Amino acid sequence: MTIVDDVSLDIAAGESVAVVGASGAGKSTLLALLAGLDTPTSGKIWLAGADLTALDEDGRARLRAQRVGFVFQAFHLVPALTALENVMLPLELAGRGDARSAAIEALERVGLGRRIGHYPRQLSGGEQQRVALARAFVTAPAVLFADEPTGNLDTVTGERVGALLFELNAQTRTTLVLVTHEDKLAARCQHTLHMDAGRLL
Amino acid sequence: MREWRSGELGVLLLALTIAVASLTGVGFLVNRIGAAVDLQATEVLAADVRLGSPQPISQVPLDEAARRGVRATRSTRLLSVVFQGDQSQLTNIHAVSPGYPLRGHVLVANAPFVKGEVAAGIPPSGEVWPDSRLLAATGGKVGSMLAIGAATFRVSHVLISLPDQGGTFADLAPSLLMNMQDLPATQLIQPGSRVSYSVLFAGDRGRIDDFKSWLLLNKKPAERLRDIRDASPQIKSATERAGRFLSLASLVSVLLCAIAVAMSARRYVHRRLDVVALMKTLGATSGFTLSVSLLQLLAIACVAAIAGSGVGFLAQEWLLRALRGLFNTELPPANLLPLVLGFMTAIALLVGFALPSLLQLARVPAMRVLRRDVGPAPMLVLLAFGPAVAVIAFLIWWVVRDAKLFLDFSSGLAGFVTLLAGAGWLLVHLAGRLRGSVGVAWRYGVANLSRRRAESVLQIVAFGTGIMVLLLLSIVRNHVQDSWRHSLPEDLPNYFFINIPPTEREAFVDFLKARGAQTSRVLPMIRGRLTAINDRPIEGAQSAGDGENFAAREQNLTWESELGADNSVVEGRWWTRADFGKPLVSLATEFQDSLHVRVGDRLTFDIAGESVTATVGSIRKVKWDSFQPNFFIVFAPGVIDNTAGTYMTSAYFRPAGASSLAQLARRFPSVSIFDIDDLLARVRSVVDKAVLAVQSVFVFTVFAGLTVLLAAVQSSRDERRFESAMLRTLGASRSVVLQGVLAEFTVLGLLSGLLASVGASIAGYFVATRVLELPYGFDPSVWAWGLMGGALLVVLSGWLATRSVVNQPPLTTLRANA
Repeated sequence: MTIVDDVSLDIAAGESVAVVGASGAGKSTLLALLAGLDTPTSGKIWLAGADLTALDEDGRARLRAQRVGFVFQAFHLVPALTALENVMLPLELAGRGDARSAAIEALERVGLGRRIGHYPRQLSGGEQQRVALARAFVTAPAVLFADEPTGNLDTVTGERVGALLFELNAQTRTTLVLVTHEDKLAARCQHTLHMDAGRLL
Repeated sequence: MREWRSGELGVLLLALTIAVASLTGVGFLVNRIGAAVDLQATEVLAADVRLGSPQPISQVPLDEAARRGVRATRSTRLLSVVFQGDQSQLTNIHAVSPGYPLRGHVLVANAPFVKGEVAAGIPPSGEVWPDSRLLAATGGKVGSMLAIGAATFRVSHVLISLPDQGGTFADLAPSLLMNMQDLPATQLIQPGSRVSYSVLFAGDRGRIDDFKSWLLLNKKPAERLRDIRDASPQIKSATERAGRFLSLASLVSVLLCAIAVAMSARRYVHRRLDVVALMKTLGATSGFTLSVSLLQLLAIACVAAIAGSGVGFLAQEWLLRALRGLFNTELPPANLLPLVLGFMTAIALLVGFALPSLLQLARVPAMRVLRRDVGPAPMLVLLAFGPAVAVIAFLIWWVVRDAKLFLDFSSGLAGFVTLLAGAGWLLVHLAGRLRGSVGVAWRYGVANLSRRRAESVLQIVAFGTGIMVLLLLSIVRNHVQDSWRHSLPEDLPNYFFINIPPTEREAFVDFLKARGAQTSRVLPMIRGRLTAINDRPIEGAQSAGDGENFAAREQNLTWESELGADNSVVEGRWWTRADFGKPLVSLATEFQDSLHVRVGDRLTFDIAGESVTATVGSIRKVKWDSFQPNFFIVFAPGVIDNTAGTYMTSAYFRPAGASSLAQLARRFPSVSIFDIDDLLARVRSVVDKAVLAVQSVFVFTVFAGLTVLLAAVQSSRDERRFESAMLRTLGASRSVVLQGVLAEFTVLGLLSGLLASVGASIAGYFVATRVLELPYGFDPSVWAWGLMGGALLVVLSGWLATRSVVNQPPLTTLRANA
């Protein structure tokens, strides 16, 4: 079964791109391929100057640690760690020595400076996603991949988180690849890619 | 069968199998030992029932026995002098008929003082089998001629041991076995001779019991009946106690397995909730779903019972091999009772620990397919924990069958678990505190430990228990015994000599000294029986079972003017010269303990037919391991001095060889020689084997702990999979994720080991200093083994259990969770 078929695209540094389409169109798969979480059956992918398809699993992990940030629909924070420890994770995995101070700063930027010692279960949905945003941006990644970041939030919170996302993006000038079915969010991106049945329209 | 892949049922089966194996392993062993003890105990009389009399016994009982299919044989015992040339020796002569012994074996050899082999039959007419001491005393050997009364006989074998030898201290003389046909020729039996006539009976229990009833009705007044079942109650009760203790030890494993069963069952139910809710929408009733689950459980119980019993049986065989040497005989095969117990255990565990969860399955509302957060109504605490508690109580009761012991064990166990859980919780808490100062993988590992706090504590307690007991037992086995040996001085007396005739006292001591021995004080030994305390006869005394036995036996009495250096008076006062001649007696603390007598109480003794009453003047604490002659009951001088008795002493004596001992035996034929080194070696070997047995049982506990770990890991498997995928997404390499997992298990293992080492050290300290009164120093090997063992064990098992989780690529898991 072909999920993504004959896709060819270029995304320049600093651009923000929205990938939209009906459910089952292959958006999340495309995102996964671009982020190096999955390998294409045929073809090549370059991410931040590196040939993803030529790297092995650990190599792609290293690349992700240094150049990529993620925001997920289901937040995906590590339940055993506090907000601070969650944000510190990608920094520590990349071997940064100033993980703690950088993480505190990032949490303050998303307005959670007073909640750094709380566990995910003690935070609301919106707060958890803000922690996730802090975690995603703290490494100043070259590329940020966001998969339905407001999908699990109510409209009001979703708008706030969405605004925060673009605000942070503007500050750091990260390349943003955003999968969403919300038109309002897609509209804030510079470009929009439409997908249908695995193909780009 | 799809359910098997998720593994919960597999862990359930494993837990049940280990529980059953643990109980049945011990069950089989105890069963066989009990049967062996029963059989061995029958040796003491060389029969099942023995009829004794100072007069010849008529043919009537023998005829009746024959009629009832009971085997019978005669035996006659008398004390007489045996000559070899000019040498003579007072001897216990056992004259026996064909068929002797009906129980047990006679051991013979072709030289004195060597290991014997089972004899075929009895000495043929014209031959005798004297024992080693007798030969040494008379200077004879195999092939010599011995004169008994008016007849002479050829020595064809050396008698090494008889089953019905009689008591140890009671032997005045060596023994000789001869054929009863030869007795008339000796002309030893004259009117007035003191002879003991016996008839021995043996057969199936049922027939023997019937026959015994007949005997009790039909025996003559002078005739005395002894049943084997009364003869060795002490051995039997000691064995039963040991058996119960071992079974209790195996129960610890069972309880841990029960926890694993509960965890697996809960997890299994959790996973099945959605499926069952769906089936309900399709029309399945609660009854249907429940019955399906019950059938599955029943099948698992059967498999576990059979597999577990098989493993238990093998374990028991292995254990027996390790204990070889503790038993003289081959143990009889086990009956099938332990198998029944195994099956019952499996069912009981399932009922108590899996059923409550399963009931939840039946109560899940179909509504759940629409709203996933709707679950079955929460259970009453009583229903959730009631069956579990009931099953535990039942299992403990089944093993113990004694109300007091039941309460003791249950409360002890509860207290112990609470203590360990508290300690475990504290350790986890402390570990959590430390996580700021370590690297990312370790921090992640410890964080997980802290988050799954209840499970972590549970696992620490589970492992900690098993490892702690093993450590404590090895402390007892190695450290304590060595410590005791080293605390004894080098030149401690190693021989005891009993039955030294009064006239030979000086000569004996001189003889020993001439051969370089260091002798101790020589004390008189007089036989007597306690008949009354404060004028109240002993049979009516309100004492514990042990005390009764103690008092009813013949006691060894002595008199002494000076208090020995290894004695200290704890109550009352020792006598002075002024007290000599007053009827005063001094008791050892052990004697006081079992009979609850105090200073000032009056004790009445029957000494050689005469009644002597004395007042308790003092209670002494005796340091028995000085190996100096010491008595429980010491009279003041001038009270029983003139009573006939013998002397005893101990000495540090390194004889040049067996010939020195033979010389001693020849020169002083009536003296009994006890080799302490030999006895101690035997005791040490017995203790060693007993501890090994207990250790083996607790190995099951370690396995049970592993099963609990497996169950816990399984419960968190989905979580772990997700988190590892998460970490990989964020940029962690496989090795970092693995490190996190290993870190978690290493800390868990170290904490378990720490708990075990601390517990074992504390317990070891108490056992050594309070119970055994020995010094106990810090033993680093305990800590090393505990920590390392704990860490290695847990890390290895944990890694094996979670290996697949770590290797999964991130995408599939994240997707599945989205």
